[in-house]
Amino acid sequence: MGRYASLLDTVGSTPLVGLPRLSPDTGDGPPVRLWAKLEDYNPTGSIKDRPALAMIEAAERDGTLRRGATILEPTSGNTGIALAMAAKIKGYGLVCVMPENTSEERKQLLRAFGARIVYSPAAGGSNEAVRRAKELAEQNPDWVLLYQYGNPANVQAHYEGTGPELLKDLPEITHFVAGLGTTGTLIGVGRYLREHKPDVQIVAAEPRYGELVYGLRNLDEGFVPELYDESVLTGRYSVGAYDALRRTRELLELEGIFAGISTGAVLHAALAAAEKAVRAGQRADIAFVVADAGWKYLSTGAYAGALDEAAAKLDGQLWA
Amino acid sequence: MAVTVSIPTILRSHTGGQKSVEATGETVLEVIDDIESRHSGIKARLVKDDKLHRFINVYVNDEDVRFAGGLEAKVSDGDTVTILPAVAGG
Repeated sequence: MGRYASLLDTVGSTPLVGLPRLSPDTGDGPPVRLWAKLEDYNPTGSIKDRPALAMIEAAERDGTLRRGATILEPTSGNTGIALAMAAKIKGYGLVCVMPENTSEERKQLLRAFGARIVYSPAAGGSNEAVRRAKELAEQNPDWVLLYQYGNPANVQAHYEGTGPELLKDLPEITHFVAGLGTTGTLIGVGRYLREHKPDVQIVAAEPRYGELVYGLRNLDEGFVPELYDESVLTGRYSVGAYDALRRTRELLELEGIFAGISTGAVLHAALAAAEKAVRAGQRADIAFVVADAGWKYLSTGAYAGALDEAAAKLDGQLWA
Repeated sequence: MAVTVSIPTILRSHTGGQKSVEATGETVLEVIDDIESRHSGIKARLVKDDKLHRFINVYVNDEDVRFAGGLEAKVSDGDTVTILPAVAGG
């Protein structure tokens, strides 16, 4: 921390903090420790500042993005907010295609940053946002579609930033756990760590939404991000809203970390890995990603009242 | 081994609209074969060239079977098997 020439220079170098109360007590056995990488320390409050800035800079370098141009991106929110900040500083316009079933705070933030929002239908979730963004790109050839699901700069941001930061702060790392969306974080960090720690476990936690989000008309509309590389992962969990909320609240209650809901899903998978290590009597140092803080989800009622009622309210929402 | 299998909306035409079905088997493949014996046509939607369809994810108790042996992944009595189409996150 210190003095920076501009807000863009503050992206990355986030803290890694120990979680002594959430880590299992292994008594005289080898320690099993959990570590949280606090990505909400980034300038717009989420891990997406890393790929957003990296994608813009890559497009500037290869000449596809010129001063005054309009950027187009399908996003459930965080990438859009990150792009909006960078676009404002660098003088670009921004059009975000966002599913209508995202939190109110995300919509308000995007508007506050001056982005134009095109809504895609709730049914089909981000799939529809991707489809609509590709349509808009065809109709507006002068707009620049950065496309976080297939842009190598997304993976590179984590390969060059998040991964090295983790290894420097936690050379004894045995597991890395993060949310699976564009897959950029897991693939980028996973590749970097694997090169330096061949035995490292790379575990994905993907949100399991309500039925609405899986409402494809046919299976061929299914979507696997172009960046996804299954060979990098060693495990993948699907975590529903109830478990995600339960863990989000535990993180707040036991460690004082006010995280967004997707972090609860990630913590759920991290705790499963911790339990396996305890059972096997193996030392584990498990780092997981806190992708953002809870501010943007307060209106969903995630942090108050009965768990099952709060989880029911998330049905049909994109909460990660 | 008796397990509960959750069926996504897009495949419920095969199960008469049922959201979940009971099935037996020692592996994911055996469970799918057992469902197929009562709900003909569903296997062809799930399995292609002896592998899970690219846009289908199957989880045993929330763990993706692609990292636990694929179609040969073991299931235990009382497990929950969840079938979901692959959709975009992020």
